[in-house]
This record gives sequence, structure tokens and C-alpha cells, in this order.
Amino acid sequence: MNKQKIMGVINLIHETDELDKLTHGRCTATVPFGSRYRLIDFTLSNMVNSGIGEVGIFVHQRYRSLMDHIGSGKSWDLQHRKSGLFVLPPITDDVQELSRGDLFHFYQNRDYFLRSAPEYVLITRSHMVCNIDYRRVLEQHIAKQADISVVCSHSTEPVLGKARKVRMDENGLITEIQDSYGRMVSDHYNMEMYLMKKELLMDLVETSLAKGQDHLVRHAIFSRLNELNVYGYVHDGFLAIVNTINSYYGNSMKLLEPEVWRSLFTEPAPIYTKVKDGPPARYTNNADVSRSIIANGCLIEGKVHNSILFRGVHVHPGAVVEDSIIMQNGIILPNSTVKCSIFDKDVVLEENREVKGVSSGPYLAGKRKVI
Amino acid sequence: MVRKEMIAMLLAGGEGKRLGVLTKDLAKPAVYFGGKYRIIDFTLSNCVHSGLDTVGVLTQYQPLELNRYLGIGSPWGLDRRDGGMTILPPYMQKAGGVWYKGTANAIYQNIPYIERYEPEYVLVISGDHIYKMDYELMLQHHKERNAAVTIAGIEVDWKEASRFGLMHIDEHNHITGFEEKPKIPTSNLASMGVYIFDWKILKSYLIADENNPMSTNDFGKDVIPAMMNDNLLLNCYIYDGYWKDVGTIDSLWEANMDLLEDQPSLDLGDPQWRIYSVNPNQPAQFIAANASITSSLVSEGCLIEGDINRSVLFYGVSLGEHSTVTESVIMPRVKIGKHVQIHRAIIGDGAIIEDHAVIGSPDSKEITVIPVGEHVKARENLMGVE
Repeated sequence: MNKQKIMGVINLIHETDELDKLTHGRCTATVPFGSRYRLIDFTLSNMVNSGIGEVGIFVHQRYRSLMDHIGSGKSWDLQHRKSGLFVLPPITDDVQELSRGDLFHFYQNRDYFLRSAPEYVLITRSHMVCNIDYRRVLEQHIAKQADISVVCSHSTEPVLGKARKVRMDENGLITEIQDSYGRMVSDHYNMEMYLMKKELLMDLVETSLAKGQDHLVRHAIFSRLNELNVYGYVHDGFLAIVNTINSYYGNSMKLLEPEVWRSLFTEPAPIYTKVKDGPPARYTNNADVSRSIIANGCLIEGKVHNSILFRGVHVHPGAVVEDSIIMQNGIILPNSTVKCSIFDKDVVLEENREVKGVSSGPYLAGKRKVI
Repeated sequence: MVRKEMIAMLLAGGEGKRLGVLTKDLAKPAVYFGGKYRIIDFTLSNCVHSGLDTVGVLTQYQPLELNRYLGIGSPWGLDRRDGGMTILPPYMQKAGGVWYKGTANAIYQNIPYIERYEPEYVLVISGDHIYKMDYELMLQHHKERNAAVTIAGIEVDWKEASRFGLMHIDEHNHITGFEEKPKIPTSNLASMGVYIFDWKILKSYLIADENNPMSTNDFGKDVIPAMMNDNLLLNCYIYDGYWKDVGTIDSLWEANMDLLEDQPSLDLGDPQWRIYSVNPNQPAQFIAANASITSSLVSEGCLIEGDINRSVLFYGVSLGEHSTVTESVIMPRVKIGKHVQIHRAIIGDGAIIEDHAVIGSPDSKEITVIPVGEHVKARENLMGVE
């Protein structure tokens, strides 16, 4: 049988956001990524694929696009009678209270936790893009008799994007966590996914707030590394940390390796997103496409190389798209060229134009821009 | 029960014998078409876009996969509180079970279902044609003429006319006669298999037809001719869009190729008339560095490392390096190895084509069909001599 052990919380309060124009009209969680997804699709799908049937999203700011995207939760099979998807906005109009740390919001929503049946809580954010089975994390959590398990990634190369660093001993016990700007040298990066008993979370929320501390990670977890058994769970699959423009661009380009494409989107389980019902991509006689990811609904009449095209993009004859990311419904008119660029949704590049960035600083066009 | 002006009865029991191996374990309406759809998606989407929210789907042959596909109708927006989609299979009765003996009998057996909605009109359509049509416009035509039945007709090429059931009409679009697949056609107006009936009239004819032991219980052969004999008003609604009966391998292949024109006459991309289907949850397609794709439709989840020209690839297909696919239809989840040649073929879903295999040829007249789930090994002799 399939009784729920874990409830999920996607914490969007004070997400690191250096995504420039991409988050002017939306929250980080709904930034389009990977040709047809939004960032939040990954963590939502991972939860669902791990048998989590109850997910709360702590939304905070600019969440209109999020409401539109997730709807009833049906696309992720989270539309159940008993549990399902809960969107939990701040219960306050006070600007000062809005700026308080996430523990304050956890506290405000304690009814949601107390009402739910599962014994464990998994807290994640939306900008750590990966494909992971949280049941393995729970297995290790129980085996190590951990109080808190933190999902970490191992990388000997410097990572793209901003992530906290973690130091752990040979048993996986975490001895230190530092913010991304800290000086500590470590190959382990914190993926901001925390598994613990609901009881412990509620206790941490109340005791921290009583001391005037209101940050989950910095106050409730960092400062208790001596008192609690905090273990790292090392995720060995692909990880994209998407919270800066350079990491957005660089990680997108990494998807152009077939192995990364296959593993991120399908292994161990598929990533789900909102259904759009577009037709298959259509290539005309003049199409010239190589090393690219193309979504359904695209019409390709020109050249596309080393690029990612979202749903409904139209590349006209004579147009060239190289090393670029073109989001939904972008239009590249005849004889224009795009290189090293990121086009947000509905951008139009007029005829005979050329737009060029460099890979270390891609050109970024905001939503609905006409160039 | 909420009363409905018109409900749809969709005949989805077709065995599709002429599609051979493609319909061995599959009802014809569930056959794949156009890179991501099944044939029945077109009629279901037409119903929804025409404002019909009550659709009875009559199933018979090989219903398992079709039933599983249709579910409760959610992908088409037909999971409704009042009405929605209802699957209507033949069922066991005290006196023993009976199959649907013919198209008219299938509707006859479901009179109780129709009566629940007290409709004024009943739309009878079949789930094996590809077209986009607004049934509401046809209903308007039907009402204006105050007809007993309105049958949709389309002008077909004279050369092909003998493949269809043909209609003769007068200057008022009243139907004056029928010909069923004549050798020498005297009309090129084909019946599209789309009927709007006045329900009260239809019901009385269905009951009379059932009581007639000589009847074959078919709309085209029995019920419509009986109405004509009684001098009822048979109205023809002429449709001039794209319509294709994909009942044979050749026509299924052709209909897929029609989508590859530079300006296809069947526009799948119209945002106001989306063709809904069950979402396969696949990532966007990956086109590798050495791949080449021209004049083709390619769907989600494909991993393309070879060359594709004038072909339709469904979702989840992989094509290895140095392989070539031309003028072919590759159904979902087909795995194609390296150095494979596929020309003028339909490859059934889930088939595995090993490295160096050769299927079909660029100048063959016949379309080669590889059955669902088949494992095709490379030929010993690559020159093509077996």
C-alpha cells in the first residue's frame, strides 16, 4: 500500500534571485527552463515521483505566474480527494512582516503541518534542478538515525550559480555549512533540500522564533549542528543551480549533451509540466538544425545550432539561431541572426537584425520585447 | 438531468481490418496519426470546439487500449459533472449479451443513454476520420432547413469517388439518391459519415429497423433509405475543408504525408482549434550535431542522430547515427539503430530496428509496414539479396 510518509514543502520565501529580467514579472520558481519546463516542475515532479502526495508551496512574491502554471496540480497528479497541492501565500498585508525570515511563515502556517498525516517533512527550494528519488534520502535518514538529512551534490569543479558549501566527515555527518560567499573549501554543495520529522521542524520553528531568530537554514539548522545529527545525502546525478544569469545560460547549454538530456528529464522518473497541446515541431525543406533541443509547436524554416527552443518558436527562412535560448512563442523573422542570447517569452526579432552576446555575458531580452 | 440540445454518439467500434497489423490489438480509432495524436482525437476535439459536452463513445473491437486512452475524457475537457464522455460498450443482458449488430443497432441499444439527456438532436459520427469541423454550423444548417436528417458531404476527386458512399443532391441541397462505392461514379459528393438527426424521428426509425428481421441494422444501408422511402427531408451540408478516411495503409500514410506540405491543408497549429490528446510526458526533442531534418514533423522525446526527410516521427523515437528515414511514419517509442535505411514505410509503435537494417525502398510503390513491437534484425547481405 501507499500510505504517505513524507509531506513536501517548496519554500519560495526569499529565494536567491539574480536572474535579472527573467524574474521581473515572475518568481524564480516559474522561470522557464529546459525547453518546456519551469524551474518548479523539477522539484514538484521529484516529490510526486517519490510517492509524496501532499505538497505545500510557500509562495511569497510575484506568484501570479505560479498560480497560472500549477493550476489545480493536475499535471503533476496532485489533485486528490485527501491530500494534493496547497498554495500557501503569506497571511499578512504588513510589508514589514513580509520581509521577515521564512521561519515566521512556517509558524504562520503551522496548522497546515499539524493537520497533515505524514510523519516527515521534506523542505526544498525551486532553483536546484535535478532528478532525484527522495525515498532513497529517507532510507539513509532512517539508517543513520539522522535528525536532519541535507541533500548535497559533489563536484570537484567550481559550480555555476550560488550554493552553500558543506563540510562532512567520512560518515556523512555535517560539521559545517557556509554561505556561498564563505571561504571554506569543499567539494560538497548544499542542494537546499532538508528532510526531518515534522515534530522536529515544529520544535525548531518555535524555539528559534522565541529567540528572535527567523531563518530556517541559518538559524534553525546551521546553529544547531552541534546539538543535532545532521547528515548529508549525496546526490550523484546532474545538478543545475539556477539563480544567476550566467548559471541559467551555462546550465542550459549543458543540457545539449544527450546524456544530460536523458538523465535530467527521464531518470529515475519523468519530469511533468503543464500541458499545452501544441502540434509536433515542424521542419520545412530549408530547415538546418543541429545540436539543439526543440519543443513541440515550433516551426523551423531557418538554421538552429547549439540552442534551446521552447514551445511555439518560429524561426523564419534565412534566420540563424546559435548558442541561444529562445523561450515560448519567440519569433525570429527572415534573415536575422541571434547568437549567445536569452530571449524571454514572446520576443520578436525583426527582419535583417543581428543580436549577439558572449557566452560569459549573454544578451538578455525581456518578455515581449521587439528588437 | 440537465437537458441537452444536441449530444454526440461517436462510433468507435471499427475493426479497421484493412489496416492489417496496425490494428491487430487495437481498435481503428486508437491508431496513431500525425506525430502525437490518435485518430479519435480529431472527432473528440471537434465535439469540444463545437460546444458539445456530452459524447457517448461506442466501443466494440479491441476496446482495452482505447478505453485506457480515453479514461474519463479529461484530456479533451470531457470530464464534466453533467454529461461529459461515457464509454458505451455492448453489454450482457438477462437474455444473453449481444454485440452491436450494425451502426444503427449500436445507437438503438443505447436509447436509454440518449433519453437521459432529452436531446432534440443527435449527432452521429465515426471515430476513424481525420478532419476539423464545427458541428454547430452544421446544426444551424439542419435547423434552417427543418430537416429530418442532415448528412455532411464533401466533394472528392472523381478518380477516387468510387471508394466512397456517394450522394446525389438537388439545387436545394436535398439528397435525392445514394450510391455505395459504385464502379462508375455519377457523383463526386461523398458522405463524410457525419449525421445530425432529429431525435424523435430517429428513435422511431431505430425501433422500426430493429423490428425488421430483414434489416442489417446499418445507417447507410437501412435507416437512411427507409427515411428516403417515406419522403422525409434529407438535407446535405457541404463541407469544403480537409477530410480523410484513413481506413487503409495507403490512405493513413498519405494523410500523414499531407501534413508535410509547406502550407498543409490540415492546420494542426491553430490555437483556436487545438487537437487535444493524452499527454505522453516526454522531454523536448534532442537533435544531435550530425543530424539533419527537413520537411518533417518530429514530436517530443525523440533523440535524433541521423537524417530525416519527409517523415512523421511520433514521441519517444530514437534514431541512431548514419541512419536515414524518408517518406515514412515512425510511431511512438520506436528504437532505430545506426546505419539503418527506412523508406516509404510505417513502423508500428515500440518496434526495434537493429543497426544496418533496411526497410522499404525509395522507389517502391507499396508502403512497407512493420508491426507493433516487432524486432527487425539487420539483413545478412547488405546488398538487399535475401
